[in-house]
Amino acid sequence: MEELQQILDQAMQQFAVIGDEAELEQVKAKYLGKEGSLTVLLKGLGKLSAEERPAAGARINQVKQGIESALQQRRDALQQNKLEQKLAAEALDVTLPGRGLGTGGLHPVTRTLERIEQLFHSLGFAIASGPEIERDFYNFTALNIPENHPARAMHDTFYIDPQHVLRTHTSPVQVRYMEAHQPPLKIIAPGRVYRCDSDVTHSPMFHQVEGLWIAEEVSFAMLKGVLADFMQQFFEREDLAVRFRPSFFPFTEPSAEMDIACVMCNGAGCRVCSHTGWLEVLGSGMVHPNVLKHVNIDSEKYLGFAFGLGVERLAMLRYGVNDLRLFYESDLRFLKQFN
Amino acid sequence: MKFSENWLRTWVNPELSSEALAHTLTMAGLEVEALEAVAPAFDNVVVAEVLEVVKHPNADRLNVCKVNVGEAQPLTIVCGAANVAVGVKVPCGRIGAVLPGEFAIKQAKVRNVESFGMLCSEKELGLAEESQGLWLLPADAPVGKTLREYLELDDKLFTLKLTPNRSDCSGMVGVAREVAALTGSPLKPLEIQIQPVTLTEQLPVHVADGQACPLYCGRLVRGVNAAAPTPTWMLRRLERSGLRGISAVVDITNYVMLEMGQPLHAFDAAQLSGGISVRRARNGEGLTLLNEQAVVLDEEVLVIADDARVLALAGIMGGQGSGVETITCDVFLESAFFNPDAIAGKARRFGLATDSSFRFERGVDFSATHQALERATQLLLEICGGSAGAISEVRDKLPQRAAITLRRSRVARVLGITLDNIQIATLLKRLQLDFVAKDDDFSVMPPSFRFDLSIEADLIEELARLYGYDNIPAQAPQAALNMLPYSESQRPLARIQQTLVARDYQEIVSYAFVEEQVERELCGNEHLVALQNPIASNLSVMRSSLIGGLVGALRFNLNRKQVRVRLFEAGACFAKVNGEYVQSQQLSGLAYGAALPEQWGAVAKSVDFYDVKADIEALFAPQLLRFVAATHPALHPGRSAQIYCGTQAVGWIGELHPRWQQQYDMAQPAVWFEVELGALTRAAVPHMSEIAKSLPVRRDLAVVVDEAVTAQALLDAMQQAAAPYTQGIALFDVYRGKGIEQGKKSLAFRVLLQDTQKTLADSEIEASIALLVDALQQYGAQLRM
Repeated sequence: MEELQQILDQAMQQFAVIGDEAELEQVKAKYLGKEGSLTVLLKGLGKLSAEERPAAGARINQVKQGIESALQQRRDALQQNKLEQKLAAEALDVTLPGRGLGTGGLHPVTRTLERIEQLFHSLGFAIASGPEIERDFYNFTALNIPENHPARAMHDTFYIDPQHVLRTHTSPVQVRYMEAHQPPLKIIAPGRVYRCDSDVTHSPMFHQVEGLWIAEEVSFAMLKGVLADFMQQFFEREDLAVRFRPSFFPFTEPSAEMDIACVMCNGAGCRVCSHTGWLEVLGSGMVHPNVLKHVNIDSEKYLGFAFGLGVERLAMLRYGVNDLRLFYESDLRFLKQFN
Repeated sequence: MKFSENWLRTWVNPELSSEALAHTLTMAGLEVEALEAVAPAFDNVVVAEVLEVVKHPNADRLNVCKVNVGEAQPLTIVCGAANVAVGVKVPCGRIGAVLPGEFAIKQAKVRNVESFGMLCSEKELGLAEESQGLWLLPADAPVGKTLREYLELDDKLFTLKLTPNRSDCSGMVGVAREVAALTGSPLKPLEIQIQPVTLTEQLPVHVADGQACPLYCGRLVRGVNAAAPTPTWMLRRLERSGLRGISAVVDITNYVMLEMGQPLHAFDAAQLSGGISVRRARNGEGLTLLNEQAVVLDEEVLVIADDARVLALAGIMGGQGSGVETITCDVFLESAFFNPDAIAGKARRFGLATDSSFRFERGVDFSATHQALERATQLLLEICGGSAGAISEVRDKLPQRAAITLRRSRVARVLGITLDNIQIATLLKRLQLDFVAKDDDFSVMPPSFRFDLSIEADLIEELARLYGYDNIPAQAPQAALNMLPYSESQRPLARIQQTLVARDYQEIVSYAFVEEQVERELCGNEHLVALQNPIASNLSVMRSSLIGGLVGALRFNLNRKQVRVRLFEAGACFAKVNGEYVQSQQLSGLAYGAALPEQWGAVAKSVDFYDVKADIEALFAPQLLRFVAATHPALHPGRSAQIYCGTQAVGWIGELHPRWQQQYDMAQPAVWFEVELGALTRAAVPHMSEIAKSLPVRRDLAVVVDEAVTAQALLDAMQQAAAPYTQGIALFDVYRGKGIEQGKKSLAFRVLLQDTQKTLADSEIEASIALLVDALQQYGAQLRM
C-alpha cells in the first residue's frame, strides 16, 4: 500500500514541474496509460481474493482520482499560464492616437444663428426666408421708405439694376410673409444682407435676423419683454441689464434701439463699448401702420412688433471676436476654434 | 448736429450736468454721439503781454522775458520759443498752474536764472496736436484775464446723431425746444428785431415752380462792408459747430442756419442780371458750383437763376461767380422753403451732401423762413453795415398740416401702459403741441417745425419718448399657445451640415459676390448677374456656384501652410433666367490633401473622387444616386460627373481641372462637389416592410470586361434581368493586372438572394444566377472562375 502512496506522491511531484501540455500528457501515460503503473496495479486486482479485492480496488481508485485531479489542476494551470502569456503579448499601447477621420465644425455665424433660432423657436416663432436679390419695392417702398427718402442713403445699397437690389436688411421678408399669410403671425427671418461698405466694423455682406409678431394683443411693453428675455437667454445672463432708446426706422413707430450692458466690462466702460458701458445690439419697434396697409392688414385690429438684429455683432460679443473680417476670411486657424 | 453746450445754455439752462444732459437727450432719441471738452483741464493760465526780451546769459537758445500778467510787477520768465517778441500776447502758465499731462509749473532756476512761470504753446495747453512756438493771441486780448475765461474754454461740444425724422433739431432753436420739453426748464425765445427798411429797391422774384418752392423771401442790402471781421463770439460758435469762418456775410448765413435751422444763401447783387427766378433747370444747362464742381442739369433739378444764367442749385449749393466776396458791396439775401420732395436725392445725385441739402431734404420749419431773413439782416447790418430793402416774398401753397386724432385707448393698446388724460395732456403741452381734448380723444395740431408728425402712431411715439421708454415695463408675452408645424418630410439644414461636420468638413461663409473671371472660367457663366456698384472689382458679380468661395478659401489656407483642407458652404447662388433672377440654395464642398489626417498605421493617400463620392452618398442616404460622366469647366474631363437623384440632375462632383490646379499653385488636385440643397432636404417618411424569416444566400460573380464598360452599366443590366430572389447586388472588388488581359478589368459583385417565406433550393439559386450571368454577357463579360 505504501507503493500506492508513493505513486501518488511521485505523480504529483512530477506534474508540478512540467511546463508543457504535451509533456504532461506523456507523463500521464506513465501512470494511467496502458502500461502505466496504476493500470498495472488495477490489472493485478484479479489476483487478489474476493475479500481483499473491493478494498484494494477502492484504494487504487482513490489514488487514480488523486492523480487525475492533480493532472487536471496542472492542465488548468498550464492553460491559464498560456492565456496570460498570450494576453500579455497582445497588450496595446493605449496611449497611441485613435485612427480615422477627424471632425470638422460649423462656422461661428451658423452656430450663433442656430442659437438665436432655437431661442425664438421656443417661443413659437416660425422661420421664414426671402430672396437676397430683392425688388426695390420690398426692400424699401413697402417698408415705408419711398424713393429719395434720406433713410435710403443710410443703407449704402448694392444695385443689380434700377428695380433690383441686394437686400440691405432682412425686413423685406416681413412684407413677403405678410402678403402670403393671415395674422396672427410670428416669425423670424434669418439671412444674409448686403451693404456697400467695408472696414474694420463693416462688411459688405453680413447676417441679420428679422423678427415679426402680428397679433391683436401685442404691445410695446411686450416687445420689451420678449427682447430683454432673448438677450438674457442668449448671453446666459439673467441679470443682464438692457435699455431701450427712441430711434427712427421708417417701418416702425414707435421705434426703439436696444442696448445691453457691455458684456465685456459689465457696464464699467471699455474699448468695446466706447466707454459708455452700453452696446447697441438691435433695432425694433411697433410695425408702422403704412407697412400693414401695404399688405392689407387692418392696423386697427392688429398690432405688431418687429426687430432686426445683427448676427455677427452677437457672435463677436459672445465669443470675443475682435475683427469682423475674420468671419469671411475662412482661415482654418480661426474657424477651428469654434468646433 | 454739433454745438457748444454754452450756446445751448443761453436758450435753456436745466440744472443738469453735461453728462446728465447728454444722457437725457440720448434716452429721448437724440443720441449724443460724442460729448467732449473744448479744452483739457488746466488752470492758472492767463493772458500775458511780453514787455522785454533779453538773451539768456548762459544759453544761446533761451531768452529771459519780462511779462505783464496784469499785476503791478511784471514776471521774469525764461522762454525757449523762437517766436517770443516784445509786444506779443501769449498764454502764461503761472506758478501753481497744472497743464495737461499733469505738468505742474513751479518756480525754477533755468541755467541760473530764476523763472516765475511758463509761456505756452497751443500744444502745451492740449489744444493742438502740433504747434510752432508760442500761441500768439489777438492784440486785443485782455492782459491778466484767465485764458479759460477769455476763450470760453469751459465749454463742451455735443454731437447729436440725428435720425432722419428729427430735422427740427438741426438748429439750436429746435435742440433748445427739445431740451425744454425733456427737462421742463424754461425756454428763452429768440428775439428777432425787425430791421427798418431804408432802401427802396427790391429785386423782382419769380417762382416758376410753386410746389417745389412754396415760400421764397429775398431782400437787397446795399453798402455792406463784406471785409468786416466776423465777431469772435460768432466765429467761436461756428467753429464749435464744426464750421470754418469764411467771411462775415457767409458766416452770418451759416450762423442763422445753425441757430434757426433755416439754410440761407447770399448773392453778390452786382453779379446778378435782372430778377431772381426759381425754376426747373433746362436740359443741358450747366453750372459750376462753389466747390468748383461743374454739373450738367436737367428738368428734374430746381435752380435759382437770374435773367442770364443759373446761379445756384436750389437748397443745395451756390454757384461760382454770384457768391459774396470780400469786395462785395451789395448783397441779395435768400431765405426760402423748398419742399423736401423737390430736394430729396438731388444732392446725392451730384455726389454732394451739404448742410443745406441735409436740412431741406428732411424738412425746414417754413413758419420761420421769413423770420430767419430778418435775423440775418439784423446781424448783417450790425456787423457789415449797409441799408436793407423790403423783403420780396413769394408764397404758394405751403404744406397743410391736418389735425391728428390721438385716442387714449390706442395709446394704451400700442404701448401696453395706461396713461390718464391729464398725463397725456401734460406730455403734449411739454412738446408744444396744440390740442383740443374731447372725452378720451385729443385732436392734436402738428406744428410746422415737426415734419415727422402726421399720424396717430407718431404722437404715440412722442408720448412714449417723453414718458421714457425705460418707464414702460417689460411684459412677458401673452398669447394663445399653438404648436408649430414640424414636417418630417423636410430634413433640417442643421442635420445636413452636421453630416458634413462629422465627415471632417469645416464650414465657411464666403461673399456672395465674386470675381467676374471666376464666374466665366470656373462656372462657364456667360449670363452674369453683375452689380452696378461693386465695392471692389474682384467682388463684382453674383456667384452662380459656391466654387469660387471654396477655391478662394482653399488658396488662402494653402498660403498659410495648411496641407489638408476640407471645406463646405451652404448658401444662395444666383442666375438670370428669362429676365428673372433665380436664387437657389446650394451645398458645396471641397477636399484637398490627404484622405485621412496624417496618422500612424494608415496608408497615406490623397483624397480622391471616390472618397468624396462616399461623402455625397452619405449626405443623400437613404436616397440612391447615379453618377454620370459629364464635363464641367472647372473639372478634369475624365474625372467629373453629374449627380442624379432619380431622374433629376442635382449637382456635380469632380477633380479640379489640372489647368486650374496649376494656375492656383496647388500641389495636388482638389475634389469638389456641389448639390442643390432642395434635393437634400426632401426626405420620405419611412414605412416598414416585412423582415425576411430566412437567411440570405450570397453568391459572388467575378467578370472580366473591357475597360470602357462601366460598373453602373453592369449593375443596370443585372437589375433589368429581374432575376428572382435577388435582394441586392453590390460591387466589391475591381482588379487589373496579373491574369487579366491588358485593356480589361475584373469586377466582382456580391449577390444576395432571399425569399421572405422559404429557404431557397439550390436549383432556384442557380437559375437566378444564370439570368444575371446572361445579362452580363451583353457587355461581353466573361465569368472568371
